[in-house]
Amino acid sequence: MSDSPLLEVEDLNVTFPGRGGATRAVRNASFSLGRERLGIVGESGSGKSTTGRALLGLIPPPGLVSAKRLQLSGQDLSSLTDADWQRLRGRRISMVMQDPKYSLNPVLKVGRQIEETYRLHHRASQGEARRRSLAMLEAVKIRDPDLVYHFYAHQLSGGMGQRVMIAMMLIAEPDLLIADEPTSALDVTVQNEVLRILDDLVTDRGMGLIFISHNLTIVSSFCDRVLVMYGGRIVEECKASELSAARHPYTRALMKAVPVLDRPVSELAVVIRDPEWLR
Amino acid sequence: MIEVSDLSVNFRAGGRQIRAVSNVSFSVAGGETFGVVGESGSGKSTILRAIAGLVAMTGRLTVNDRPMGRARSKADRRVMQLVFQDPYGSLHPRQTIDDALREPLLIHGLPEIDRTVEAALADVGLLPQHRFRYPHQLSGGQRQRVAIARSLILKPSILLLDEPTSALDVSIQAEILNLISQLRRSYQLTCILVSHDLGVVAHLCNRIAIMRTGNLVELLGVDSLRQSLAHEAYTRELIAASKGFTRVVR
Amino acid sequence: MTIELTPENPPQVVPLAHWLLSDAPTSRRQAVLGNLTRGMFALAANPAALIGLLIVLALVTIAAFAPLVAGFRSPIEQDLVHRLAAPSGDHWFGTDELGRDILARTAYGARVTLTIVMLVSILVAPIGLAVGTTAGYLGGWVDAILMRITDIFLAFPRLVLALAFSAALGPGIENAVIAISLTAWPPYARIARAETVSIARSDFIAAVVLQGASTWRVLFRHIVPLCISSVIVRLTLDMAGIILTAAGLGFLGLGAQPPTAEWGAMVSTGRDVIFDQWWVATIPGLAIFIVSLGFNLLGDGLRDVFDPKNT
Repeated sequence: MSDSPLLEVEDLNVTFPGRGGATRAVRNASFSLGRERLGIVGESGSGKSTTGRALLGLIPPPGLVSAKRLQLSGQDLSSLTDADWQRLRGRRISMVMQDPKYSLNPVLKVGRQIEETYRLHHRASQGEARRRSLAMLEAVKIRDPDLVYHFYAHQLSGGMGQRVMIAMMLIAEPDLLIADEPTSALDVTVQNEVLRILDDLVTDRGMGLIFISHNLTIVSSFCDRVLVMYGGRIVEECKASELSAARHPYTRALMKAVPVLDRPVSELAVVIRDPEWLR
Repeated sequence: MIEVSDLSVNFRAGGRQIRAVSNVSFSVAGGETFGVVGESGSGKSTILRAIAGLVAMTGRLTVNDRPMGRARSKADRRVMQLVFQDPYGSLHPRQTIDDALREPLLIHGLPEIDRTVEAALADVGLLPQHRFRYPHQLSGGQRQRVAIARSLILKPSILLLDEPTSALDVSIQAEILNLISQLRRSYQLTCILVSHDLGVVAHLCNRIAIMRTGNLVELLGVDSLRQSLAHEAYTRELIAASKGFTRVVR
Repeated sequence: MTIELTPENPPQVVPLAHWLLSDAPTSRRQAVLGNLTRGMFALAANPAALIGLLIVLALVTIAAFAPLVAGFRSPIEQDLVHRLAAPSGDHWFGTDELGRDILARTAYGARVTLTIVMLVSILVAPIGLAVGTTAGYLGGWVDAILMRITDIFLAFPRLVLALAFSAALGPGIENAVIAISLTAWPPYARIARAETVSIARSDFIAAVVLQGASTWRVLFRHIVPLCISSVIVRLTLDMAGIILTAAGLGFLGLGAQPPTAEWGAMVSTGRDVIFDQWWVATIPGLAIFIVSLGFNLLGDGLRDVFDPKNT
C-alpha cells in the first residue's frame, strides 16, 4: 500500500440548479483511493455517475461542483483551467464509458483514435504512435490488431468496442481509471472477458480503478472496496469481501433484492425506502 | 397449451437473409411459466414476437389445440398479450394512462370501462392519482406496472413477457417480479418469459430454454439450472458467467 | 372518501394554476389542459417565440378589428384629389395612387392574408398527413405509388406551378388558395411518412396492434397525433413562404382582384412610384415582412416545445 493516497475526495458536492429548485446530485461525498479498486454501486439517481464525471471535470454548466478537498496525488483538481484539464485527462485520469457505440468517434478509424490519444500527451512520430497503438490493441487481447486498426466503430461488436475503448484510455498510462458501467451494455459471457482484460491491465500497471456500476454482483467480485450510494450520499463503505456484513439497511435490502441462482426465494425482498436515508 | 414446432424466422436486412430463429420446438403446459434465455442475437425476443404474431414465421404454432397463423382475429388477441421490455417505449407518449388502458376495452366493445380501468390500476399497485398522468410523468417502474395492467385488462390466459425488468433498477425489478408472480397466481396465467438474466428466469420459471444464435441449445428444468446440472457446455458457460467475476490470485 | 363539509371545513377553492398544473389530474380534460398550459409556459420562456406569437396575435386582432384599426375609413373609397399623399394626421400611412387610405388597406389586407393562410393550412395539413401516414404505415406498393405522386408535385417550383394553376383556374382568392395548396402539400406528406416509419416500429404501436386494433384505428388514433406537432411546426415555418407566394400571385394580378386590398397587389401597384412616394409599396411590404418573421419565430419556438426528447 503506497504512502499517500492517489485520490482524496472530501465533501464533494454537485448541484444542478433548475426551475423547480436545485438538485443535489452528490452530497458531501468523501472517500480516498490508493492503487486499488474501488467500486461505487447505486441505482439510477444515486449520484454515482455524477461523482465519476466530477472527478474528471466533466460536469457541464450550469452544474456546480464544490469540494473541501479534491486532490489527485496531491494536485488540486478544483481549481484547474481548461488547459490544465486537457493535460490531465488521458494522461493522469481516464474514463471508460458504457457503450462504445456512443463513445467512439463514428467517422474515424479506431486505430487512429487510439493514436490520437497517445500523441495528445506524448511527442511522438506517427510511426511511433502507430506502433504503440497496435501494441495496445494486442494488450487488450484483440487477435488481429492490424486488421482491427482500420475498422470503424460500427464494425466492432460490443465486446471488441469496449476493448478498443480500454486501449484508447490506457495508452497514455494514466494513474487512475474511472470505468462507468463498462460492462452493462455487454452480454454476460463477454462481460467476464472484458473484466479479465481490465483486471490484468490494472494490476500490471499498478493503477487505481474506480468501477461505477448498478450491478452489485460484479462490483463485489471485481473490486477491493465498495461504496454504496443512495440519493447522492455514500451510505456504506466497506471491503468487498465483507459486503455480507454490510450495516446500512439499504445495502442489505439491495443485496436481498437480487434474484440469484443459488438462492431460491418465493418472494424477492423489496427495498422499503426510509426517508431518513436521504437526510 | 402452447405448442411450437420447427419455428423459424427470417429477416431481410441490407439485402441479406438473416436466420434469426432456426427450427425451434418446445411446448408450454397450462399454468406453466416457460423461460427463454440467451444473449443478444440469440433470437429469444424474436420467438416471442413470432408467437404473438408480430413477425412472420415458418413452422407450426398451436395455442389451445388451435393452429395459429400470422393473421389473428380479435378473439385470438384476447387470449394472448405481451409485456414489452422498454417501459419508455411501450406507452404512447401523447396518451394518458387512462387512454392506454381504455383502448383495448374500446376496441373489443367491453362494458363498464371506468370500473375496469380503476380495478386494473389497483391490481398493479397504482393509485387513482396516476390514472390521468402522461407516461413521462411516471417512473420506469410505474410505467412497467401500467404495461402489465394493460396486458391483463382483456383477461388473457397467456402472458408473454419480453425482458420485463431489464431496463429497471434492482429494487424496482424486485417489486415488478413479485407483482408478476402474484398476478400469474391470481389469474392462473400461462407465461413465457424471455430474459438474459438467469437469476430472474430461475426465480419465475419452471422450465427454461437456452438459445444461441437462433438455435435451441438445451431445455432444462429450473432445479437443474440452479444446480448447474447442464448437458451443454454453452449452458454451463452462461451459468458460470452469471455468478460474477473470479479474480485470479497473483 | 367523503369529506364532511362543516363550517370549520368549508369547500376549498383551488386556484386555477394549481388545478391546471396538478401532477395528479382527476380527469382527462384536466390532464390535457395541464399539458397545454405547460406547453404555453415553455413557449413563453423563449423570447423570440413570444415575439412571434405576439405578431401572429396582432395579425389576427387587426384582421378581426380591421374597421376599428382603419379608423373606420374605407379601404376602397377613392379620393383622387388627395392621391399619393404623404403620411399625415389625416392618413397615417398616406394614400395610394387612387387616393385610398393605405392604413385602411393594410388593415383590411390582413384579412385577405389571414384567410389565405388559414385556408391553405386547412387543406394542406390533412392531405399531407393522410398521404404520408398511410404510405409510411402500409409500405409496399401503396407507399411507392403515394410517394411517386408526391414526388411529381414536389418536382415543380412552387411559384411556377401556382401561377400555372391560377392562370388555368382564373384569378381570385379561392383559386389562389387551391393553387398554393396543390403545391404546398408534398413536404407534409414527406414529413408525415418519415415520422410514421419510425413510429410504426415502436412498442406502443405493436401493443395496440396486439390488442386487435384495425389499421385505420392505429393510423388515426395513434400515429397521426404524433405527427401533428411536426406538421404544425412545418406549417408555421411555411407560412412565410405561403404569404409570399400569395403576395407574388397578387403582385402578378392573380389572386385577390381589385379593388380588394391585398398586400402583394399593393406592393405591385406601388412599385411605379416607389422612389417618390415610398410609402405606397413599403408599408404593405413591411407588413409582409413582419408577419412572415412572426410566423417563423413562432414556428421555431413551437419546434422546441414539441420536441419529444424534452420529457
